[in-house]
Amino acid sequence: MKIGITCPYSWDVPGGVQQHIRDLAEALIDEGHEVSVITAADDDTPLPPYVVGAGRAVPVPYNGSVARLSFGFLSASRVRRWVRDGGFDVLHVHEPEIPSLSLLACWVATGPIVATVHTAIPRSRVLLVTYPVVRTGMEKIMGRIAVSEAARTTLVEHIGGDAVVIPNGVATRRYRKADPLPGWPGPGGAIGFLGRLDEPRKGLAVLLKAFEILGPERPGLRLLIAGPSGDAADVLARVPAGLRDRVVLLGQVSEEDKVRVLHSVDVFCSPNTGGESFGIVTAEAMAAGLPIVASDIEAFRQVLRGGEAGALFATGDPTDLARVAGGLLDDEPRRAELSAAAQAEVARYDWSVVARDVFQVYETVVLGSTQVAVAADARGWPA
Amino acid sequence: MIADIILIIAGALFVGVYVSWRAGRIDRLHARVDMARVALDVTLLRRGSLALELATSGLLDPATSLLLAAAVHEARNGDGPRDLAESDLTRALRAAFGQPGFRSSLSGIDGADELLAEVETASHQVFLARKFYNDLVGATRDARRRPLARTLRLAGRAKAPEFFEMDDSLLGDLGPGGHTMVTTSHE
Repeated sequence: MKIGITCPYSWDVPGGVQQHIRDLAEALIDEGHEVSVITAADDDTPLPPYVVGAGRAVPVPYNGSVARLSFGFLSASRVRRWVRDGGFDVLHVHEPEIPSLSLLACWVATGPIVATVHTAIPRSRVLLVTYPVVRTGMEKIMGRIAVSEAARTTLVEHIGGDAVVIPNGVATRRYRKADPLPGWPGPGGAIGFLGRLDEPRKGLAVLLKAFEILGPERPGLRLLIAGPSGDAADVLARVPAGLRDRVVLLGQVSEEDKVRVLHSVDVFCSPNTGGESFGIVTAEAMAAGLPIVASDIEAFRQVLRGGEAGALFATGDPTDLARVAGGLLDDEPRRAELSAAAQAEVARYDWSVVARDVFQVYETVVLGSTQVAVAADARGWPA
Repeated sequence: MIADIILIIAGALFVGVYVSWRAGRIDRLHARVDMARVALDVTLLRRGSLALELATSGLLDPATSLLLAAAVHEARNGDGPRDLAESDLTRALRAAFGQPGFRSSLSGIDGADELLAEVETASHQVFLARKFYNDLVGATRDARRRPLARTLRLAGRAKAPEFFEMDDSLLGDLGPGGHTMVTTSHE
């Protein structure tokens, strides 16, 4: 089957959606399908052979953070050309609610279109206000996938209709084994964090506050933090001077180093305060066999089986995080138990399983439908 | 002796008049700050509603439309700080207007040029209103900081007005002043 996939975010910025698309595309290619991905990317970004860039990605504020997106009439015409030349049997758009390529693809194309919604954004009036503009595209979607129940709820509320829930995949093999970074985790124990430093919803502030409580009572305990964006000095300034040398910031790390980071800590912390629909990073840490301490948001409750495959703490509460993380650090058998439970639980999310589920959705929407083509009614925009 | 008394009375009178003049001036400055703030709010609202009009006009692609509408929404109803949300709206407008060939792609469409010009004018008015407001805030804070005003509490219970800082240059790369926009809006 010929499959066209749209990625709304910049390819070179690490993120859950980008990684989802990469793993899905590769899993589908492994199964013998022909896949083309169009993505927001600067023209000089090196891209894998199955990926097409749609031109300059522009950093813009949207929904509380800054994202690099492709929008505007130039991107629209690049998407139109990609659809016209692609001859796809199915078009799979990701995050069609984000003002970027996926929304544009819905606008310019007709035929079997599948949409995946990743992020749980609380119901807002914005989409209703712009509904006439967005509706044209949204109405063409024939099959909808949500990566979690939370994301499904968002989709149902925003767009109406329903969606099948197909959880994110995890390339579990990739995470199982790696050498820890030299000197880690160390005798005093270590807590890990992966994610953007400058995005409040990722909750780094909660973890730093909790470390203010844990640090003084555990002299050897260290924090290992890896993630793009944000100034290391900025983060360190939020830590009391006496604890600063025990907070190690690695900045953005490669995929390989990410796995090593996961194997360098005793406990992995996901302190997100919301906005997360699945938490791919958390699932990767589970695949690495790490005991997880995660905030009690719906997405994490689900992936951690309500606390059976990882410990939960009250969202946004550093004191509770310190209590739960401290308890785990002191309880080696409990850590081993959670580690095994996490690895068992995460097998359900392996990409080989997930890609097959996604393909079934494709098969359903192409029944009785023609190929994907350029919509005739796109207002005479430049082709 | 009498001359001394007259001198003292005259001195006291002079001080009294001077102090009350200073207090009156601070009072007038506060009133003007309030008015300037209202003017600034009006220009911000006007810019927001024009940006929304552009977003829903059908002139733009849906992605740009959604971007603008979301930014307007945040500035109006968001629970974050107002200055940041308004700066985000500026950035969203800048991203839309800054696309290469943006104007020419829309020229010739009915009402497009007028609407774009209106958005630009409204953005420029935000820049002006904010500048005037901040000038007055600066003057008022100076007047309040003087030793006499501080010792005698001439400002009374009125709170010191706050500067309103935001990114309000419509086109990128204009430097901190950002008023190059004037020329672009009258092209």
